[in-house]
Amino acid sequence: MTLLAFDWILLIEKFVLIAIIVSVSLVIAMYETYAERKVAAFLQDRPGPNRAGPFGMLQPLADGLKLFMKEEIIPNTSNKFLFILGPCLAMLTAMMTCAVIPWGSHLELFGRHIDLQIADINIGILYVFGVVSMGVYGIMIGGWASNNKFSLIAALRGASQVISYELAMGLSLIALLMLTGSLSLRTIVDQQMAPGHLWNIVYQPLGFLIFLVCAFAECNRTPFDLPEAENELNFGYHQEYSSMKLGFYLFAEYINMFISSVIMATLFFGGYDIPFLDESTLNPNVAALLGGAALFLKVVFFIFLFMWVRWTVPRFRYDQLMDLGWKKLIPLALANMVVTGAVILWLKK
Amino acid sequence: MQALTNRGKEVERKPMSFWESLYLPGIFKGMAITFSHLFKKKPTIHYPEQKREFSPVFRGLHVLNRDEEGRENCTACGLCAVACPAEAITMEGAERMPGEENLYREEKYAAKYEINMLRCIFCGLCEEACPKDAIYLSETFAPSDFNRKGFIYKKEDLLIPDKNTDPEGYAKARGSKK
Repeated sequence: MTLLAFDWILLIEKFVLIAIIVSVSLVIAMYETYAERKVAAFLQDRPGPNRAGPFGMLQPLADGLKLFMKEEIIPNTSNKFLFILGPCLAMLTAMMTCAVIPWGSHLELFGRHIDLQIADINIGILYVFGVVSMGVYGIMIGGWASNNKFSLIAALRGASQVISYELAMGLSLIALLMLTGSLSLRTIVDQQMAPGHLWNIVYQPLGFLIFLVCAFAECNRTPFDLPEAENELNFGYHQEYSSMKLGFYLFAEYINMFISSVIMATLFFGGYDIPFLDESTLNPNVAALLGGAALFLKVVFFIFLFMWVRWTVPRFRYDQLMDLGWKKLIPLALANMVVTGAVILWLKK
Repeated sequence: MQALTNRGKEVERKPMSFWESLYLPGIFKGMAITFSHLFKKKPTIHYPEQKREFSPVFRGLHVLNRDEEGRENCTACGLCAVACPAEAITMEGAERMPGEENLYREEKYAAKYEINMLRCIFCGLCEEACPKDAIYLSETFAPSDFNRKGFIYKKEDLLIPDKNTDPEGYAKARGSKK
């Protein structure tokens, strides 16, 4: 009978929330591809795609259709199971991170208190890190299963880059976590919303800078897009991929970009906090919607930043990349951590 | 070594200062430059809707001319074919029969007149060679086609519409050239 005592409405509520969040992330990733092309075009004094629909708004659909219509090639010598698993894993790990992100405070509908978060686990950031580092498997398996030496080398290059930058990213976050004292993303946002408390960017500017640089490297974005350097390194780990499997890899990159923008907004820029506004005076439903919109605006800015940097800064050489990661960012993150710890100790005494 | 121009600049090879070696100021400067391009006017001409204006000396597709009464000027003398450096023009002459005076201006006319637009280099030498003012290059350029045969233009394709029966078509083919 205990089975029947389970709160079935909660299950339905979470299911609806998952469906909404996943489809919204997919749509945003879709329109990121459009935004990427538009931003690139505008920065280069071109109008960009403008034929499919008004202002070219239907371009992502046309691109998707094109990818689906392409011939699907699986190399004879490849390991078929792993070859298909690679892009699936890349897509899966990209989508899984949105489970712990607080998208807004809470709604009150039909007398129920609905948190705008799929799961508020108390190790939210650790979960994000765990899932993101699983994304390396997508790259490694894809490159390895292709049974092509160029793909394999590119996969190794990509994996070593992602692993190196994860270190500095984690170290830069430790300083932040010492401040917040919590790994739960919702608690971190609530702390930043509390009156008299500023956004974490004010306390951790260096930490944010390191996190930002590492986020660029984690998402394989220019200036760190060596794993897929199309023009000089002969594509990369997805060289043997075609049709929608290639589309999955490219799409996973855009979802990663969206998720890392959300994480940066949540950790350093107050998440769904609206600056200079006390949300507790508002109707909770209105506050939740406004908060969601605020988070969305911050995310849009970060996505634009990703693209802006891509079309400004040229690509690093591989040794420069490793040099920056290991010799610059990690010592800097360590120093940041030590200084933060010392300041916290000094202020508490 | 003697400098070719006086615009040469000495390359600086001194080590970077600390500020420069951070690269961040340089990156911000670059980003400011790219950002300013967001709002610049786009020089793009949206082709099928907008068209670039040609200069008055533009040499486009050939047109075979008619005189004031709508008679063909061409006498199939072959001078244009001789002048053509790309050997794109072929023609066959025929004698005008009694009763055809309203069609052809002189006693001889071109029964067949073909220009291979894939060979043509649009140099305009045919126009210069023509003693009868029968051929000139218009403002339009060759439209695309799916096969090569479509690019061999027959006399019907080249001949300008009759001014007296189809004034609109005539004006369109004539363009703004005089």
